[in-house]
Amino acid sequence: MSWRSKSAAVCLKDLRLEFRMRYAYSALIMFAVTTLVAISFTLAGGLVEADIAASLLWVIFFFSAMTGVSRSFVQEEETGTSIGLKMAADPAPVFLGKFLFNAALLLSMAMLVVPLYLLLFNLAVVHVGGFLVTIFLGLVGLASAGTILSAIAAQSAVKGSLLTVLSLPILLPLLITATNATRTALYGGHLAGIMTDIAMLIFYNGTVLAASLLLFEYVWNE
Amino acid sequence: MTAIIAASFLYVPAIPGFGATGETARLIIYHVPTAWVAVLAYLMATVYSVGYLLTRDARRDRQAVANAELGTVFCLLATVTGAIWSRAAWGMYWNWDPRQTSIAVLLMIYAAYFVLRSSIGCADRRARLSAVYAILAFTTVPFLVFVVPRVFPSLHPNLGAGSERVSAMSPEVWVVFLASLVCFTVLYLWLQNIQVRLQDLQAKRLLRSVD
Repeated sequence: MSWRSKSAAVCLKDLRLEFRMRYAYSALIMFAVTTLVAISFTLAGGLVEADIAASLLWVIFFFSAMTGVSRSFVQEEETGTSIGLKMAADPAPVFLGKFLFNAALLLSMAMLVVPLYLLLFNLAVVHVGGFLVTIFLGLVGLASAGTILSAIAAQSAVKGSLLTVLSLPILLPLLITATNATRTALYGGHLAGIMTDIAMLIFYNGTVLAASLLLFEYVWNE
Repeated sequence: MTAIIAASFLYVPAIPGFGATGETARLIIYHVPTAWVAVLAYLMATVYSVGYLLTRDARRDRQAVANAELGTVFCLLATVTGAIWSRAAWGMYWNWDPRQTSIAVLLMIYAAYFVLRSSIGCADRRARLSAVYAILAFTTVPFLVFVVPRVFPSLHPNLGAGSERVSAMSPEVWVVFLASLVCFTVLYLWLQNIQVRLQDLQAKRLLRSVD
């Protein structure tokens, strides 16, 4: 099998597992919706300022992504399938497959959470294109850093809870940029500002993906 | 080497007369060298982490840890001296200036690094995973340098040429400042050497107790 079809096979395996169990997806959706509703409730329907609304979205995305992504390698360790996967494929296709699955998971979560967010906070998007591209790139970045870090966290004693601690400093540049772009997209402003942020997100994702592909081998193989 | 360090510590505080830009500017003698050593030690920690992954030599891992620990100590010193100066110059200890933001993120990265290390029992696995984390974290640090100043405006004085505050520094301050820079670097090399030798001995004792 070629490199590409191996990655696709790993991704499809996880998707099939997810369709049967709905383990990660339901936890992820419930986490995101609960946080969103909790924030909306505690604000008691008050108007939210530009800075706060954009940061709230990315705080919700960050913590939900960490709950969703953390399962991907812990589950392999728990069911004892990681050895089989190690024999069946090289490290890089495993990483890419897991990454594609996590990205799909997060994007499907966003399809439900983003409309709910706009509705509950009573927001209208000024630059729709910029808004969507920012969310897409931001979630892909969360998935790429989350995938390799969850592989690291899965091998530690405390497993899932370590992931948030490990990923916040690494994801901070992404979160700051994405929040900035979301703020501009929501409340208007120069389109050029979003373009710079989007270029930054593309560079960030590229760097993290390249570094992860190089380093994953050392995480995966004993 | 010890003599150089002792001399620098006796000599450097003995210059209160040379106030470059007010009394608080004297802090630069400590602040800039500690920040420089912190960055140097973190850089070396990353270099040794790469070295560990390539050679799988446990000594590289010990060197990486020693550098990460020293980097954190100097980073804390730089943060504290910076905050004291910030209080005097800007009126508050902490205002999320880009430099403060990036130094806080550096501290968070290595705090997470130590948490990761303490949560893995097996020594090989601990060395391998923490090396990967250190390298991954280091690749994202340059983004902070570009991203943060775009969002938060900076008041931090630059040491680059053409900055008015720096050109106001008298030659005497420059001499002490550069001497301090050299001495802090030597102090770092000395501490790192001790730390690595200590850890080597501990590893040797552990091996002997196993036999």
